[in-house]
Amino acid sequence: MNSSAGPHFKTYLLILLMVIFGPLGNVLLGKGMKRIGPVNLQAAEALDLLSRVLTSGTIWLGIASLITFFVAYMLVLSWADYSYVQPASSVAYGMVALLAHFVLREVVTPMRWMGVVIICLGVVVVGQTPPRTTEPT
Amino acid sequence: MRELIFYLLIIGAGTGGELCVSRAMKAVGEVKDFRPTALLGVAARALRVSWMWVGLALMGTAFFALLAVLSLENVSLVVPVTALSYAAGALGGKFFLGEQVSRRRWMGVLIVCVGVAFVIMGRR
Repeated sequence: MNSSAGPHFKTYLLILLMVIFGPLGNVLLGKGMKRIGPVNLQAAEALDLLSRVLTSGTIWLGIASLITFFVAYMLVLSWADYSYVQPASSVAYGMVALLAHFVLREVVTPMRWMGVVIICLGVVVVGQTPPRTTEPT
Repeated sequence: MRELIFYLLIIGAGTGGELCVSRAMKAVGEVKDFRPTALLGVAARALRVSWMWVGLALMGTAFFALLAVLSLENVSLVVPVTALSYAAGALGGKFFLGEQVSRRRWMGVLIVCVGVAFVIMGRR
């Protein structure tokens, strides 16, 4: 494994992009879907629902954010372990709670905030393990 | 009931899709050149790996399930619940991708899961 700062820097940079654009995408999708209304498991409504989803600007902004997240995710997965990247990016849950509270005005209870802090603690523990454990192919 | 179906699709198809995509990207090799043309080349190589297509199909399924459940529940609940895939992800990383998941990393995943449980319990 390369012990220089390079691989770690680009790993952290891409995880930062994931942490920003993943939550932003989810919040935008949530806002868009709330406007569209509850989804039922009825085939008759599927086409109408799909057309409303595909004509929503908020949904498309959310999709653009998630594509940015996904590109960063795929790039980082080309050298770092999945079982490292997935937990390390979980700080995004804190971002989601913050955005949901301040942007969407959702009620986030104290217990839920505590959960977010515990998640971040878990992220710190995970972040102290090496990003790669398998040999390059 | 329909929420449960959507959550199961998000966690099951989402985790499966990510594992497949991860496997495909490992086959493509480490990305060292970040210029746009080089990245397009990486995308073209990735799309020639069959695991990538399986992964994209599963992730697409998970995406539509996510849209459905976001129409029913708050984002601050839905997104943490989807983190239940962490245990599945670590298991998949170990058994599907052959990664060595250390005890410390397992502990981190466990702590994250406890946090997720608090988030779920803080529903009201």
